[in-house]
Amino acid sequence: MSEWGGAAVRERWVRTAGVELCVAELGDAGQPTVVLLHGYPDSKEVWAEVASRLAERFHVVLYDVRGHGRSTAPKPLKGGFTLEKLTDDFLAVVDAVSPDRPVHLVGHDWGSVQGWEFTTVERTEGRIASFTSLSGPSLDHFGHWINGRLRRPTPRRAGQLLGQTAKSWYVYLLHTPVLPELAWRGPLGARWPAILRRLEKVPGDGYPTASLGDDAAHGAWLYRDNVRARLRRPRADAYAHAPVQLITPAGDAFLSPSLYDDLDRWVPQLLRRTIDARHWVPRTRPDQLAAWIGEFVLAHEDGTPVAEIVPDGAYADRFAGRLVLITGAGSGIGRATAFAFAEAGARIVAADVDAEGAATTAELCRMIGAAEAWAEAVDVADEEAMEKFAERVAASYGVVDVLVNNAGIGLSGPFLDTSAADWRRVLDVNLWGVIHGCRLFGRQMAERGQGGHIVNTASAAAYAPSRALPAYATSKAAVLMLSECLRAELAGQGIGVSAVCPGFVHTNITATTRFAGVSGDEEQRRRKSAHRWYGKRNYPAEKVAEAVLRAVARNQAVVPVTPEARGSRLLARFAPRALRAIARVEPKL
Amino acid sequence: MGLTGSSAALRGFRSVQRLAYECAEAVAAQLRPGVTEREAARMQREWLRERGVRDWFHLPFAWFGDRTAFAGFRVPLQFFPTNRELAPGMPFILDLAPVHGGHTADVGYSGSLGPNAVHDRLMRDLRVHRELILREVRERRPLREIYEDVERLMVRQGYHNRHRAYPFGVIAHRVDRVRERRLAPHVFGFGTQSLKGLAKDALRGHREGWSPLWSPHRFSEHPPRPGLWAVEPHLGFRGTGAKFEELLVVTDSRDEEESAFWLDDDLPHVRRWAEAEADRELAADGAQGAVQGREPEKGRVA
Repeated sequence: MSEWGGAAVRERWVRTAGVELCVAELGDAGQPTVVLLHGYPDSKEVWAEVASRLAERFHVVLYDVRGHGRSTAPKPLKGGFTLEKLTDDFLAVVDAVSPDRPVHLVGHDWGSVQGWEFTTVERTEGRIASFTSLSGPSLDHFGHWINGRLRRPTPRRAGQLLGQTAKSWYVYLLHTPVLPELAWRGPLGARWPAILRRLEKVPGDGYPTASLGDDAAHGAWLYRDNVRARLRRPRADAYAHAPVQLITPAGDAFLSPSLYDDLDRWVPQLLRRTIDARHWVPRTRPDQLAAWIGEFVLAHEDGTPVAEIVPDGAYADRFAGRLVLITGAGSGIGRATAFAFAEAGARIVAADVDAEGAATTAELCRMIGAAEAWAEAVDVADEEAMEKFAERVAASYGVVDVLVNNAGIGLSGPFLDTSAADWRRVLDVNLWGVIHGCRLFGRQMAERGQGGHIVNTASAAAYAPSRALPAYATSKAAVLMLSECLRAELAGQGIGVSAVCPGFVHTNITATTRFAGVSGDEEQRRRKSAHRWYGKRNYPAEKVAEAVLRAVARNQAVVPVTPEARGSRLLARFAPRALRAIARVEPKL
Repeated sequence: MGLTGSSAALRGFRSVQRLAYECAEAVAAQLRPGVTEREAARMQREWLRERGVRDWFHLPFAWFGDRTAFAGFRVPLQFFPTNRELAPGMPFILDLAPVHGGHTADVGYSGSLGPNAVHDRLMRDLRVHRELILREVRERRPLREIYEDVERLMVRQGYHNRHRAYPFGVIAHRVDRVRERRLAPHVFGFGTQSLKGLAKDALRGHREGWSPLWSPHRFSEHPPRPGLWAVEPHLGFRGTGAKFEELLVVTDSRDEEESAFWLDDDLPHVRRWAEAEADRELAADGAQGAVQGREPEKGRVA
């Protein structure tokens, strides 16, 4: 008996026609059974991280596919890896580990290709309660996908076809005789772990196992026995008889997301998810994967719905269940951003110095689709408070997946009238608030090593100078540069950093802006006047929120939002003198 | 002006307003999945015609689903009823302004077809707006400032000000007695007699420095003008909208209570707030024991 991440692993052998399969079991056998199926070139250990997380709640079963890991290989190899035989193996294992109840199937890569076969053939009906597919299409669906695009090659569809053809280069190589075997057992096998670390950013923790060379050599027959046969004559009745959760890694080098465009035709109950990761998701994103699998299994085990309110916002496939922390969420852009993430089904931490505002945001978030939402009162400028806050968030809610450093205050007035105290306050909130956020939560993200995203709210004032906003513009320019530098630093760890530059957006920042060098009454008057001007412009915070979600989904570096923000960014690049001339104009309030 | 002082006139306005709310409640009770906005508007028109209404301040409106929050409204024509069908859980708003016996009413009635938590919350949060508006009108604050205070409160509550979508962004407009004519034509859904009255007011107001439209613009920078105001704060939140609309009486009395008051406090939304209040108190009283069977009713709401 060995251990994976603290969970005891029980092993047993299951014998099917001509081969012996090595089966591992974790967790309480009385719980719902989740079968994890590995891909190529892998063995069941690829699932170790995910399995140990799932074992707390489920009966987790893994097995080495024939010819891989410690399972024996069929003799002869040719013709021994057909999907029919793999289905025999699956049924034998399932009959052994869960004779009375259907199992929940999860497949990655070739494990998913097999999973699709199991979920769409008749003889497994009633044995599969749900299927989670990761980076592996049904060969039958793939065949129809190709045929459809060959028959009607519109420019877009032809492009999709060419794109996938290019991504499948390794499939052609694997069809050459002998060479792949030689390469895998020789130099390629030896270098494979390093290649994976470098290109796929998987952690270097002793995986792949020593059997890699043989696994990969045997596994070449998976392709040779099935790909040509199925793609040439795809089954016409490959309809799924179980609900399917499709998790698409956005950065998969081998499969293009458009492969799944027609999937609704084959799967009556389809839930789509998108994850910001490369191909080896079980190794790079175990936390998120375990959460999504667990949720889906429970939904189809005892009817616990995935969410009470079905999130229907943009990017719901991507942010459902993710932990999003937003500072300055008590009003304006922060609040709108919280709502947008809530509609996508995220878990929200709404932080604001105004506890009441944050509480309202969190409450409303729960009503419109947030899986969970909490309010936290914190002053981002307070270093000590932020440190405690970061610890509290990590302990209570977990590691933040998306951080939106949005809290900010306004300060207007001539430089010569701006006092040192004014400067300190605006820099404390606008710059130090962002620094603390990035420093504390960025570190948590980096230490977890499963990616993430940081969005900093800069401003169009970050690149458009103005005599009216010297201090504010300085603080925002610093935020913009900080974001760019941090983006470079964290890129290697799969953490994206975006700076959002809204422009004139109608929020209550105008109602709290400090106007330096004028009397209290005059300040009040200017606030009112500025608020009315912004009201006339009436650019809604919701559109900025959309831009924030888009920036995270596409990992954009700098996002100017309003037309004036875009325009001044163009001017800053191509006609800076014009921008400088505009900077001299004193706005009349 | 004269009319505001006369209790007979107020009685007339009150009875039309009650009639209008009765109509809204009757039609709301008949709404089923699949009913369209046009049908709902026609039901209101027919219900009131049967009870003798011949003229309108404006023809009845009905908005369903995200149209209750005026999502994507750019031109006034979009206010008119469409073929949008009602579905379970959808919020709806009925807005009707009949003229009867020379008295005008303009009421707004929000509800949802079956439970809708967001809509319930919006309705609950409208209550403070009714109180705020009355308080500040009694303080004789400039209308434009009251408008901004209402908007600020809406934003603090987490919502949007959706009455900004109305023509001129008005939160309220004046209504008055209308002369009854045999012919009562309407243009763009508004009764010509009422439009005439409004235009007259606007002209007079322009000379005297006030406006019959209560808006966020400079022409509303004046204290409340005596008369009857149809006040319609309208909240919007992510595709759900809710409003009430009822008449506020403003007089030139020096007594604070008399200087401004809601024409009628026995209206569906006010009753609902009172019931919720009573429920809360009851729940607080019985907090020690289990208060069962007192789940707040989540059905059709006003």
